[in-house]
Amino acid sequence: MSAIALTRRRGRRHSIRRPRTGFLLVLPAALVAVGLFVVPLVLAARMSVSDWPLLGEPSFTGLENYRAIAGNDLVGQALGFTAKYAAVILVVLLAVALGLAMLVRRPRRGVGLLRTAFFLPAAVGLTSAALLFYELYFAGLSPVDDALTGLGLIDRPIDWLGQPGTAFLSVVIMMTWRFAGFYMLILLAGLQSIPDDVYEAARLDGANRWQTLRHVTLPLLRPSLALCTILIITGALLAFEQFYVLTNGGPDNSTVTLVIVIVREAFSFLDLGSAAAISMVVLGGLIVLNVVQLLALRRER
Amino acid sequence: MARVQRRARPARLAAAVAATALLLAACGSDDEPTSTGGQTDDTADAGGDTGATLTMWARSVTAPQTEALVEAYNATHENQIELTVVPFDSYLQKVAAAAGGRELPDLLAANVVEAPNYAQLGLWQDIGDRIDSLDHADALAPSHIDAGTVDDKRYAVPHVVDTSALYVNTKILEAAGVDPADPAPTLRALADNIATIQAANPDVQGLYVAGSCGGCLVFTIWPSIWASGGEVLGEDGTESLLDQPEALEVFEAYNQLFADGAIPEAARNEAGPTQNEPFANGQAAFSLLGSKALATIPESDALSIGVVPIPGVDGGRSSFVGGDVLGISSSSEQADAAWDFVEWTLSDEAQLEVMAKNKNLTVRTDLASNQYSEQDPRLVLLNELVGEGRTPYAGNFFQTFNDPNGPGLPLMRAGLFGDDPAAEVPELNGAVNDSLQRN
Repeated sequence: MSAIALTRRRGRRHSIRRPRTGFLLVLPAALVAVGLFVVPLVLAARMSVSDWPLLGEPSFTGLENYRAIAGNDLVGQALGFTAKYAAVILVVLLAVALGLAMLVRRPRRGVGLLRTAFFLPAAVGLTSAALLFYELYFAGLSPVDDALTGLGLIDRPIDWLGQPGTAFLSVVIMMTWRFAGFYMLILLAGLQSIPDDVYEAARLDGANRWQTLRHVTLPLLRPSLALCTILIITGALLAFEQFYVLTNGGPDNSTVTLVIVIVREAFSFLDLGSAAAISMVVLGGLIVLNVVQLLALRRER
Repeated sequence: MARVQRRARPARLAAAVAATALLLAACGSDDEPTSTGGQTDDTADAGGDTGATLTMWARSVTAPQTEALVEAYNATHENQIELTVVPFDSYLQKVAAAAGGRELPDLLAANVVEAPNYAQLGLWQDIGDRIDSLDHADALAPSHIDAGTVDDKRYAVPHVVDTSALYVNTKILEAAGVDPADPAPTLRALADNIATIQAANPDVQGLYVAGSCGGCLVFTIWPSIWASGGEVLGEDGTESLLDQPEALEVFEAYNQLFADGAIPEAARNEAGPTQNEPFANGQAAFSLLGSKALATIPESDALSIGVVPIPGVDGGRSSFVGGDVLGISSSSEQADAAWDFVEWTLSDEAQLEVMAKNKNLTVRTDLASNQYSEQDPRLVLLNELVGEGRTPYAGNFFQTFNDPNGPGLPLMRAGLFGDDPAAEVPELNGAVNDSLQRN
């Protein structure tokens, strides 16, 4: 009796203490989140409705900065380009990453080496990778051109970063090299969670490779693919370093992304209010896109 | 940065104390011959030379000149300048970030075309009275002083003056039988001479320009527009006149050079960093460069440098007076000490023994002809161009023309390399006007 009471009391005391312990345990992370996310977000929101000069006092201007976005030609241009980039890089990255994941899926001789090799570029910083490719593409000195010429594939050097089409292609190639291994890893984990008996059943039903891929692998891989899609789209809409280093938005402003516009507003025009307003719009767009993608994912489940 | 700041703070305090002490001493010295403490410096104008540690930022493109000035000043003065050289393409970002945190250096140099913007933003102190106290105030490069003037207040003085000109590899011209003395009285004559040169030696590049660098193109192509009698900007810098007939004619002349192969394909995407190379290597017969190139490009077996003015379509000559201006930042608490350096950089000693001696232009028109420049007719010409040339004035100049994502570069590239400049340039001019008119 007394033993039971004791246990109960101890249990109750435990349950009283638990919320506080929980709170304390969460506190550091919460402080970081508030300090690094909530505070800057509120500050940016305030900036976006103000005329915010570098020196002197900011003044409230309402929705003026948001209205100005509509009249900013570069924003429209950048929005179109960023969307195009997101669509292209999504398809290319998913296809290449899935191909690589299928290639190194089964433990075989040498597979460990391949997996490491495919993943290794992901360990290189994005800016470093961009600088590396900048050298590879550099007009007149490009080792890529030398190799292609040597193989007899091209007659004269390609001015990779000098024309809109090849400049865009150059960035897509660099980003694929840099990120395919990373998404391969996510898809590999997804592939390995598909039980073998499903494949056995498919084989017994006489499905060929293509049918197996379409009707077994891809549907069961959907959660991993959805995760990759969200990450790739988010990354593409916030694309900056790869374009800043490789093309600097050029040639002729053909590769200006939304973030490059934000940087131009903030650090060239020194118009922090306008930069904050565009940032808030981009944030809103990202939230909507992610909610839509997550809802779609949940419904399919 | 942070390290320098931390080190500078005690020094700044010490300097403030020293300055106060000096001031008190000076006030009390009317009736009684008090000693000014440990002052051993007996020069009369040592008012600002109080052993202060001053911070200074300058753009990488003026590093050789600024470093030489700072070195000479530090060697002969109590004050010490701590110079930070910042890559030119990230200078505005760094200044903007520092201004937001009120962490600007005491001495802030700037590209002369950005001077109106800096002044409007309040990054500099008004130094009009200090400038007036100079004996040679009227001789300071007038276009630079104008650039640093907003609402009749003067915020900056010329620091490094750089005039654009047409550089000629006289060896290539002589080999092709073209007279190197006056190879480009007009753009048409230049085109003819390049045709002659390339007929004699097809491997030679004609005229090299930095075709993907907005700052370089305004510096080198706009003089042709001025020389042709045109204007590039309206008076208050809010309207682009690049779509006017004179400008279009100039664009078409260069466009024809590009179409004929007289401007090499590689020039189209030259973003600036390697713009000296083809000329310095002896591959290009002509190049549009600034006066600073004369001191930095060495002559060789393949290169003898001649310098001629940039012509207009049918004659005339002009130049873009670029370079950098220097001001005292609005957050500096050591304005007197900072002015001591500024004043010294404008002195005969600094202008002649540091700048002119090293083949640099002087920022004072009264020193344009000096014992060093007179030894070299090319320097005489480049110095003359300081007085003849122009510095366009616009509040949003950098944002419009220098920023690689601004609307000015696509317009100029359409003019120089596009298929139909007469149609494309006016079409793109609207975006340039929008950018110039933005607050």
